[in-house]
Amino acid sequence: MDLALLLEWIIKGFVLTLILLGGFAYLTLYERRALARIQARIGPNRAGPFGLLQPIADAVKLIFKEELTPALADKLLFLLAPVLTVVPAVVITAVVPWGVKPFTLFGRTITPYIADINVGVLYIMAVASIAVYGIVLAGWSSNNKYAMMGGLRSSAQMISYELTLGLSFVSAILLANSMRMIDIVEAQKTAWFVLLQPIGTGIFLIATLAEVNRAPFDMPEAEQELTAGYHTEYSGMKFALLFMAEYTKMIAISAIGATLFFGGYREFWFLSNTIFSVDKTPWLGPFYIFLKIVILLFGMIWVRATYPRIRYDRLMAFGWKLLLPVSLALVFITAVGIILKDQVNPNLIWVIPALSILVGLFAVGMIDHVLRRKDNARR
Amino acid sequence: MRVVEPLIELARGLATTFKMMLEKPVTVQYPEQKKPVKPRFRGRHVLKRYDNGLEKCIGCALCAAACPADAIFVESAENTDEVRYSPGERYASTYEINMLRCIFCGFCEDACPTEAVVLGDNYELSFTAREDAIYPKEMLIEPVHAGTLPTPQKVKPGVYTRSVPQMKDPQD
Repeated sequence: MDLALLLEWIIKGFVLTLILLGGFAYLTLYERRALARIQARIGPNRAGPFGLLQPIADAVKLIFKEELTPALADKLLFLLAPVLTVVPAVVITAVVPWGVKPFTLFGRTITPYIADINVGVLYIMAVASIAVYGIVLAGWSSNNKYAMMGGLRSSAQMISYELTLGLSFVSAILLANSMRMIDIVEAQKTAWFVLLQPIGTGIFLIATLAEVNRAPFDMPEAEQELTAGYHTEYSGMKFALLFMAEYTKMIAISAIGATLFFGGYREFWFLSNTIFSVDKTPWLGPFYIFLKIVILLFGMIWVRATYPRIRYDRLMAFGWKLLLPVSLALVFITAVGIILKDQVNPNLIWVIPALSILVGLFAVGMIDHVLRRKDNARR
Repeated sequence: MRVVEPLIELARGLATTFKMMLEKPVTVQYPEQKKPVKPRFRGRHVLKRYDNGLEKCIGCALCAAACPADAIFVESAENTDEVRYSPGERYASTYEINMLRCIFCGFCEDACPTEAVVLGDNYELSFTAREDAIYPKEMLIEPVHAGTLPTPQKVKPGVYTRSVPQMKDPQD
């Protein structure tokens, strides 16, 4: 390894981190504006044109706020927890490719991704799991019962939904026959995996909502029950770090979702074989993935504005009794479909979406049935 | 089709919120854009004048007596034809309303025999010191109409003897 390569990595990592942090700041504005529009309001529009300076104003405010540490808190862990939450959220995007064609800058060929490891998806799973430590430690070290309960809820929820998340990753891995992110994207050249595995994508989207603690699964910070959950005792910049972790995770998980199921940096299907294809104009890759991330983020905000928070026991029941078996069934279906495609007829790949939708409808029917039975029993 | 019913319900929820986004926001951009107040809005008090510029207030302090919050302080002094502020014998030499005490009930308006004190449409009552909450007469009194003299006026003797004017019964 020469010094220039190290420098290249450092610069690329630095740039990506800066993009993520800027993205976090503007995601808060995006969310507030979108939520406001859904509620027939305008949202923050005073600081700068269209409120574009609002994130800066918020940051300045948070930096200058007093930082309180509870007297009986575990000082070291209290300090460590926000850092432990932020770092995985930022680091996780290292494997997401923003394009594929290397470009030349200052006489060096530079790849438009940081790390191209052959177990990219596994890396994502591994790093995503670390984030839960930060949250549970934040809750525990605060020495506050609400924070503690928020942290515990969060850990239980994130661990439960991580299984489902992992299994929905498996469908994409099976379809691409690789764990390398670039291979997964290139395998979606003809058909995005959302077409081949629609229910798997839906489960992925639901599980990500639970994984990043967003409404309607924002149990760990249920304001009405737990004041603010694990970050009750945090203020000033430490709070800002926890907040940053939450929103950076949203961006990261949207980037991963876009890569695994929505064609990543590849163009939209109606643009293939035109000048706008990534093969012809490679610099459009980052633009496409950015667009997909923005759309997925809007979906998250939209869902938050629509659905009420679900009860904690139902959240766990939904995760363990429904999502986990369904995603296992989907993995099975995907495997069968791939065998049929390879051994019998390539068109049989479309068995996967057909059977998946059947399984999904069956699952919805089962929930409906159970809820109706409970409802009848109550009467 | 009972199986897809829950999905349709979920989608309807999403459609409802999405439709809201296409609607015009109801926000009023306040400092730039102000909505007119309702006709019977009770805002900051205004001390009225007659058309000839004399003050309506005769310093009777009935408003102060009627005030449930004890927000009004009135001191009266004698009118003369040389130095005349209002018709009749007396005028309010001091008229103060403490806006921190005032509850904008409008009893002062009802109690006033000359319709001098009226709750206007100004609701932008902000101050940064407690002393500033006491609005003196100079702040409350209506500016002089165009073409009339300010008070005190020098008038012909024997014209303004009646302190309470002849009025119809109030309609509103």
